[in-house]
Amino acid sequence: MTLLHGSEMIALKDVHFSYADRPILKGIDLSIKKGEIVAIMGGSGSGKTTLLGLISGRLKPQSGSVFVDGLDVPGLNKANLYGLRRRIGMLFQFGALFTDLSVFDNIAFPYREQTSLPEALIRTLVLMKLEAVGLRGARDLKPAELSGGMARRVALARAVALDPSVMLYDEPFTGLDPISVGIIGRLIKRLNRALGMTSVIVTHDINESLRLVDRVIVLSEGKIHRDMVPDDVRTTQDPFIRQFADGLPDGPVPFHYPGADYVSELFGA
Amino acid sequence: MNRSKFDFAVGIFVAIGLLAIVFMALKVGNLAGFDSGSGYVLEARFDNIGGLKIRAPVKSAGVVVGRVDSIGLDSETYEAVVKLRISANYRFSKDTIAAILTSGLLGEQYVGLESGGDPVYLANGDRLGKTQSAMVLEKLISQFLFSKAAETPAKTK
Amino acid sequence: MISYLTQFIEMLGRFVTSRIDRLGLAARFAGLLLLALGVSIRRTTLIIREVYFSGVRSLSIITVSGLFVGMVLAVQGYEVLQRYGSAESLGVIVALSLVRELGPVVTALLFAGRASSAVTAEIALMRATEQLAAMDMMAVDPLSRVVAPRFLAAVFSMPFLAAIFSAAGVIGAWIIGVHLIGIDDGAFWSQMQANVDVRIDVLNGLLKSIVFGTAVGLISVFEGYFAAPTAEGIASATTRTVVISSLSVLLLDLVLTVMMFRGLS
Repeated sequence: MTLLHGSEMIALKDVHFSYADRPILKGIDLSIKKGEIVAIMGGSGSGKTTLLGLISGRLKPQSGSVFVDGLDVPGLNKANLYGLRRRIGMLFQFGALFTDLSVFDNIAFPYREQTSLPEALIRTLVLMKLEAVGLRGARDLKPAELSGGMARRVALARAVALDPSVMLYDEPFTGLDPISVGIIGRLIKRLNRALGMTSVIVTHDINESLRLVDRVIVLSEGKIHRDMVPDDVRTTQDPFIRQFADGLPDGPVPFHYPGADYVSELFGA
Repeated sequence: MNRSKFDFAVGIFVAIGLLAIVFMALKVGNLAGFDSGSGYVLEARFDNIGGLKIRAPVKSAGVVVGRVDSIGLDSETYEAVVKLRISANYRFSKDTIAAILTSGLLGEQYVGLESGGDPVYLANGDRLGKTQSAMVLEKLISQFLFSKAAETPAKTK
Repeated sequence: MISYLTQFIEMLGRFVTSRIDRLGLAARFAGLLLLALGVSIRRTTLIIREVYFSGVRSLSIITVSGLFVGMVLAVQGYEVLQRYGSAESLGVIVALSLVRELGPVVTALLFAGRASSAVTAEIALMRATEQLAAMDMMAVDPLSRVVAPRFLAAVFSMPFLAAIFSAAGVIGAWIIGVHLIGIDDGAFWSQMQANVDVRIDVLNGLLKSIVFGTAVGLISVFEGYFAAPTAEGIASATTRTVVISSLSVLLLDLVLTVMMFRGLS
């Protein structure tokens, strides 16, 4: 954290969240400073995507507070929430591109909907964003004609169209080939620096995220298990993080789904 | 996203739809017929209107000249007060007779106007002097039976 | 034995409460949709696009069905009427049946099957692929941009389609009645015109189709919006749209028919 990074951008205080009576987050305290890139990791169902939903205002916590850029997110009415969302960009897991629009129209969408810029200017801006992700030549293709990596890059260009202050990434590396993973990782880092954003990345991918984030937050059992910098993640002896980082099949996260004793189930009554 | 293609197709669609509606209104229905609200109103009083309903036709010589506008009861004389809305194209003399007739044997009932020879014409709000009430089936039958019963005792004498 | 009974009652109770819950959800959704209409009515480009996909694309099935239904009416109607020597009233029978009932109702049923099921599938798929969530995240209300135009397209297209169905039916009946069976052309049209009232019959028929369009439109977007984001979810949402729309149309038809046409006799 250098002197350039100023105040707190995202803050969660004692947040509890349950979905259909099942508690998912049991008291989360989180603080992310402006300009940071933070990775959120944890087992499946540990509440990683829920955190993104809370930050973006799609979900409301049962208790606790969520602040983004000084605003109390759960307390915002629809108009103000939409106002905040214009400053937040989100990259969905599989891109969530509008399948009936071309690549160009997908990226032009936020401009056409949120601004009254003339078409000529929109065209310039769209081409610039496409150039930044390396897909200017693909602008007339339909999402169905894109590979997974390309689709995600287009979605990234669309998410940063209005130059948001906060970017949320939902598993941006999942399901991509190594080249695409590298491309996305580099783009995330470059955009974060270039636009002075704060980025929150939910991911499983240890290797790629360690390369680009400032902090790693590990969730377990609905709480923050650890909050450390990448170097510490590589060297820590914490069994949970070790199992995660090294991809070990068994450890604090058990291999076997809880059930009856094996021998008695096979042979007994 | 080809906007002009959609606009054109939807335009054709709406045009065909409107054509269909107009076809229905003119060729199938009788929009060219009588439009209520215009014309002038005459009043006719009957002892019994039978099955006459509002919007029943008013005909003269079998031609529809108007519609029954409203039906009410005079609570003092216990006469049925029927207001007839007549098309402005037709004029009827002051001694016109209004009768409640049935189309066919058991069809709907309508008001038939038979114009007289009076040089003075009925104006808006005038009342028709002579009326003929509807023939009620039960009364006809009882009349018939009564007259039949009246005949027989004379024969047995 | 008693346990079966209690189980059955429990199941019945659960079924009824779940239906009422869903009805409440639908009512709240309809309210939100109503609020979103104000904004979306100005997005004529979107509405026109949806009218194309729902209305224009239904033209062929509606016209052909109307033609065939009219022809069948003519055949069946003639068979019955000529027994009583009233074959000339064929035009009346066909026209009234079509304009008052078959036009609005059959059009609505066909529309539900063809256009509305497609709308449900489309919205459900957008939900499943997170397109609606993405739109919401970009501060664009999916109700205004995706749902409302499709709803308005249904309401708008229905009366036109119903009129086209009825018109095609009358023409079909005319072809069969006058040209194949040999009923007098003049009697066919004059009897019809004398007995079909524009205000009572034609206008009420159009009113019915607008009501049906509203119901079918609402049901189709509702089912799509709340579909489960899986293959089974989309499939069951689509079938639910067709089934519930059809039943609602028939129920509403009964109510409207009683309201509109009973006072005449």
